[in-house]
Amino acid sequence: MSWTPADPMVSIKDVHKSFGDLKVLNGVSLDVMKGDVICIIGPSGSGKSTLIRCVNALNDIQQGSILVEGQEVNDPALDKLELRKKVGMVFQQYNLFPHKTALQNVMMAPVRVLKRDKVEAEKQARDLLAKVRLQGKEDAFPGELSGGQQQRVAIARSLAMQPDVILFDEVTAALDPETVGEVLQTIKDLAEDGMTCILVTHEMGFAREVADHIYFTDRGVIVEHGPPAIFFDNATDPRTKEFLSQIL
Amino acid sequence: MEFFFDWFRVLNQETGVNLPFLYDSYDRNRIFNGFLTTIWLSLVCLFFSVIIGVIGAWLQASSFKITRRIVNGYIQLFRNTPPLVQLYFFYFAIGTMLPRVENDWGGQSPLLGSFAWAAISLSFFAGAFNVEIFRSGIEAVPKSTVEAAEALGFSKLQIYKDITLPLAFRVVLPALNNNLVNLVKTTTLAYAIAVPELLYEANQIWSDNVNVTEMMIFLLLAYFVLVGVLVGGMNRWERSMKIPGYG
Amino acid sequence: MTFKTDLPVMMPVKPHEPEPFLRLKLWHVVPIALLCIVGTTLAFAADGDAKQSPLAVLMNWAPLLLRGFIFNLVISVSAMALGTAVGALLGLGQISPNRIMSGGSWFVTQFFRNAPWLVLLFFAMFLLPFELSILGLKIPFPDWFKAILGLSLPVMANVSEIVRGAVKSLPSGQWEAAESLAYTRRQTLWLIILPQCVKRMLPPWMNLYSILTMATVLASIVGVSEVMTLTGRALSAEGGRPELLAPFYGFVLLLFFVYCYPIARYTVRLEKKFAVIN
Repeated sequence: MSWTPADPMVSIKDVHKSFGDLKVLNGVSLDVMKGDVICIIGPSGSGKSTLIRCVNALNDIQQGSILVEGQEVNDPALDKLELRKKVGMVFQQYNLFPHKTALQNVMMAPVRVLKRDKVEAEKQARDLLAKVRLQGKEDAFPGELSGGQQQRVAIARSLAMQPDVILFDEVTAALDPETVGEVLQTIKDLAEDGMTCILVTHEMGFAREVADHIYFTDRGVIVEHGPPAIFFDNATDPRTKEFLSQIL
Repeated sequence: MEFFFDWFRVLNQETGVNLPFLYDSYDRNRIFNGFLTTIWLSLVCLFFSVIIGVIGAWLQASSFKITRRIVNGYIQLFRNTPPLVQLYFFYFAIGTMLPRVENDWGGQSPLLGSFAWAAISLSFFAGAFNVEIFRSGIEAVPKSTVEAAEALGFSKLQIYKDITLPLAFRVVLPALNNNLVNLVKTTTLAYAIAVPELLYEANQIWSDNVNVTEMMIFLLLAYFVLVGVLVGGMNRWERSMKIPGYG
Repeated sequence: MTFKTDLPVMMPVKPHEPEPFLRLKLWHVVPIALLCIVGTTLAFAADGDAKQSPLAVLMNWAPLLLRGFIFNLVISVSAMALGTAVGALLGLGQISPNRIMSGGSWFVTQFFRNAPWLVLLFFAMFLLPFELSILGLKIPFPDWFKAILGLSLPVMANVSEIVRGAVKSLPSGQWEAAESLAYTRRQTLWLIILPQCVKRMLPPWMNLYSILTMATVLASIVGVSEVMTLTGRALSAEGGRPELLAPFYGFVLLLFFVYCYPIARYTVRLEKKFAVIN
């Protein structure tokens, strides 16, 4: 059973996960096609972040299956490193390496992990930093950058690995309101370039604008989903309605 | 119990593994007393070092520059010189200057014995650390919390008693416990002035019985258990004192 | 670095004015000097004989005592080097994902951390052979060498804890970010985690060195000819005059204070500097 680009890039089926007694995911299924941008929304503690952390095996799952390009993630024999070369991730707290400059943060993984040529990697890193509008900040350390700038470096760092899909875990939640826009614009540029993106977000306006499909999760299950136009205007489930009424 | 003791006598005869403090009641008493002396010395030093710490922290907040300097000098002096030399200084240098007293047998004996000097010396040593620990704890209580209490009309003493101290205590507990563990380990120095604590008694036994290996392993295990129990107990205490979401 | 904005956050961080390395003020020495002199004169006043003054006697012996002190420093540096090398490995063992490895390293660390330094020194003194023969070649183990081994045991355990503590103190996000970029565990450790830990480890490591230096006098109890042993011999050579005790012990205290106090100051300064950065 070999994977073709016509199959879902990421296919999540009936995933269960608990931390001790606490059930976080209670049978979640969703498919992401190549080039799709999907947004997962829902109240805090509904298991959104855990779900996407399972996709690149930062968390393991107890039951169900997650296929990335046809490869089973829930498999003890899985080569996690190969998986993570294909799946990029951007974190809420940026998690830049504080002892490396912006440029080094971006070019380090291609050189060390992908064993790419240093000169080439540096050129690509400079291009990526320009793409996220950070020319001139190449030699700045993370501590010298604002939250929004750090987050854009983190996006460039993830892009440098040329992943097939990028996971965004509430990437604007820790930012000052005035820097949220610049980060969202960067993600929007990526989406327009055709990058497959899975986002966990609280930015409803943004989700409505860029997403191809919205999933609403609560208490470890997907309550409702659909294209943004239908989802936001014609939500049927009372839990979704209540959530949307609180947040919009 | 006798059977248990006899087993070790047989063990010695059969294999040569000699643990006289288990089958010989004289050596058993020596080890037991040594153990008690170690614990007693630790408790005495703990008590006085905490008192020194509290008074020192209070003096360090004094508005007189000279007072603060003296306290600082004391801290730096005791923290940056070897405790063993401090002990010698107290026991030999100061001890010989003090007047002698007549003892029960009509002879002359020093005013203070080796145990007392060990207690004084180690209390000052551990106390120097405690001063800084307590001061950092008091400084760790945010000014805004104190201001909030002032705004509610608490008196200065009430604020100190009900707000500052309870919060500061929780902040300093790990450092204080760490210092206590160090103190217990440092009591072995009293060996050098013949205070009959655990190490000293063990040394007596291995001198009499020529069983250094067995006694050495016993000593290591004994301190491992003693300190381990202490650390475990302290960790439990720290957890029970923890305020959810604070610190 | 050039900055295209004048926002304060973008400005290059100005390093703090370095304080002079030795901030040993006069008053620091005053307490010790007082102790020596007051003690001396008190005892001397009681003694009417026309002997050499205690201070003059001390001056006669000072060169020998200084040589003994340098021997203490040699022991401390050797034990520190040995303990750090083995302790770093043990610390890495403690954070190993292998359960047996981490459990074993944890136990060894705790065992030697809980044992008093003096007991470990006795342990090394009495249980190590006085010579080791490998293939007929006899390598002697002199007492000072055994003392170095004995003192390096607690150093090893403490370094192991310092390494483990520094690694654990890093936010877990650093591990996750590196994992997400497909770094291997070894790469994550050497490229991301450990470089950030060095700064955190330096102050406690220096503190440990200071403690070790002060612990070298313990070697006198087991008969190594370091400064404390020499002091004892000098005192008995002078006929055990009681008025000599305070100046001689005071002199040893002073030697250690002059060496350890600057280290302590510098450690505090490093701690403050790193606290600002992190």
